[in-house]
Amino acid sequence: MTILRLISIMLMVLMGAKGAYRSASAFDYPITDPYAATVIETPSEYRAKLPAALPTSTINLRIFPDRRIPEIFWYQDGLPCSLIRQRHEAPLIFIIAGTGARYDAPKMLDLQKVFYQAGFHVLSLSSPTHMDFVINASESMAPGNLEDDAGDLYRVMERARQAIGRHIAVSDYYLTGYSLGGIQAAFVSRLDEDRQRFGFRKVLLINPPVSLYRSVTILDRLLDDNIPGGLNNFQTWLDEVMLNLSDIYQELGYFEFSGDYIHRVHERYPHRDPFLRAIIGLSFRMSSSNMIFSADIMNGGGYITPTHAEITPTTSLTPYAMVACRTGFTDYFHEYLYPRLRRRHPGLTEAQLIARLSLHHIGGYLRATEKIGVMHNRDDIILDAGDIDWLRETFGRRARIFPLGGHCGNLAHPEVVNYMTDFFNQGKD
Amino acid sequence: MARKTATSLLFFLLLSIHLGGCSTLPRTTEQSRPPLRSYDALVDDRQHPLEVYDPLEGFNRGVYRFNHYFDRYLFLPVVRTYDFLLPDYLEDRISGFVDNVFEFNNLLNNLLQLKWKGAGITLSRLIINSTIGIGGLWDPATGWGLQRRTEDFGQTLGFYGIGNGPYLVLPLLGPSNLRDSFGIAGDAAGFAGIGPVAWVDNSTASQAFTSVSSVDRRHRQPFRYYQTGSPFEYEMVRLLYTQKRALEISK
Repeated sequence: MTILRLISIMLMVLMGAKGAYRSASAFDYPITDPYAATVIETPSEYRAKLPAALPTSTINLRIFPDRRIPEIFWYQDGLPCSLIRQRHEAPLIFIIAGTGARYDAPKMLDLQKVFYQAGFHVLSLSSPTHMDFVINASESMAPGNLEDDAGDLYRVMERARQAIGRHIAVSDYYLTGYSLGGIQAAFVSRLDEDRQRFGFRKVLLINPPVSLYRSVTILDRLLDDNIPGGLNNFQTWLDEVMLNLSDIYQELGYFEFSGDYIHRVHERYPHRDPFLRAIIGLSFRMSSSNMIFSADIMNGGGYITPTHAEITPTTSLTPYAMVACRTGFTDYFHEYLYPRLRRRHPGLTEAQLIARLSLHHIGGYLRATEKIGVMHNRDDIILDAGDIDWLRETFGRRARIFPLGGHCGNLAHPEVVNYMTDFFNQGKD
Repeated sequence: MARKTATSLLFFLLLSIHLGGCSTLPRTTEQSRPPLRSYDALVDDRQHPLEVYDPLEGFNRGVYRFNHYFDRYLFLPVVRTYDFLLPDYLEDRISGFVDNVFEFNNLLNNLLQLKWKGAGITLSRLIINSTIGIGGLWDPATGWGLQRRTEDFGQTLGFYGIGNGPYLVLPLLGPSNLRDSFGIAGDAAGFAGIGPVAWVDNSTASQAFTSVSSVDRRHRQPFRYYQTGSPFEYEMVRLLYTQKRALEISK
């Protein structure tokens, strides 16, 4: 269990998101509040039946064997990915994780089960924003430019394919990704049209941002707007949270990380939306902090760490953590990513870069390419007004919009699982 | 056993004070340029939860790393062998047995904090699970609404107003602080002096129990070092530990 997961469970206990559960309807996902859906995901009684265990093996890729990895990242030793294979010849699907997520994040595990059950070999990749990827597999070591990230992912996919080489019989290739991994999947698919290494049969974008910049702006603001006084006032916010948790603790007399406990807490505490928003913002900020610090160290510092500094394994990183969590993805975009890209592409404006980091930018390709589909939720919190209409208009029949689920909250719901399975099965011969 | 734990703890504390002086600031050279976004510009002088009092940080980070190696090359291989050899069902029975034996500490600390209800529940649990639950292999008491009332000596010290003291990463035992380190020693002393170890009075059995319970506890703890995907894992663990203990003490 990652610490983030632990925190999110802990926070779920605190927030008392009694998301107005609603009665059965056409789509019987139970949580109508999109923020609650995003945090709670699919309650166990609504989850699809998925395999309990998977025959997973990990492969470790050394993409840039000559790269010098700073001492502070002494524990980094290549990019791990996971492979789950069928016993016989089968199609292989690549899954790209969302922002900051590793190949084995909880949502990844759900998707792995879905596709393994559907008869695919499953190869899971950490997000290019995950520190393992930044350090070991990103050429620029500064993720965020979708075309560069797609190139990095493509290289990793080729190397992974080589690494599993003879041991596995692959009939065809498929591709998917959720959230940031969804929009990256679209760019990878387009790159593959040129390079033709895989010739993906079908590609599904799961809850992708339409404009990356817009989505990260929304997520950055969730934190800034919902912790009164901002992060410098975090202690006050956390104290209040802990006080609430302590009350529950006192009342119930015990504390445990379990669904049952969370359920009991839900029943006691009224719905508190700002709290949920802060949690989502916090979780996103932690992901981007990890990415920004890793990128800065790998590029020699200057953004949030001093240049030419000798940071050893016993150096305190707390001051940098404090700065990193006060640095939004949008700050990184304006102060770090854009200036670096402009050095490479003189004349590139911020507006141009923002436009490039979107599905609009490859709208023509998406419109014309039958094999690409998109799956989204009408109430997804990372979208802007008009995004859903644009997706429907661009993808036509290849867009499936669920009414509820927030951001990736319904991935384990049976109807959603069926849709994903059917989408890819239609590609098989 | 108690004296040994206390002695090694004292030794460790002295050692940490000695080594704690190692610098935790990065060495910079004349070429160094300060970062665009700096601590001084972004952080005010209020209290920040991430900045836990940790004067021995350099040393703690060293121990944290040592614990990783210990975990990876010794502890986890043993735990994996245990997982491989025993069926889950048997593992769960062992967990039940271990928990039941440690109810002694829960009872003692509930009493020390004058928590009569908690003590009553713990005593009932101990009796029910030891008899009907056959030595704790099963836990019928929880099913009857008697939830475990966990209390340790660190919590007892906290209950009487003793603060955290400096954060410490203990060799093999992991995150702690000065108060909770004394708590661990106190619990070990009680357990050995007036608890199950004294009752059984058989050093082989006690040692066997110590080994089994350590493996059982590690087996139930899913945390793995350096797998969180965060370069700030040390800070995260420190924050979570500190908040978790505050919560446990305040209840």
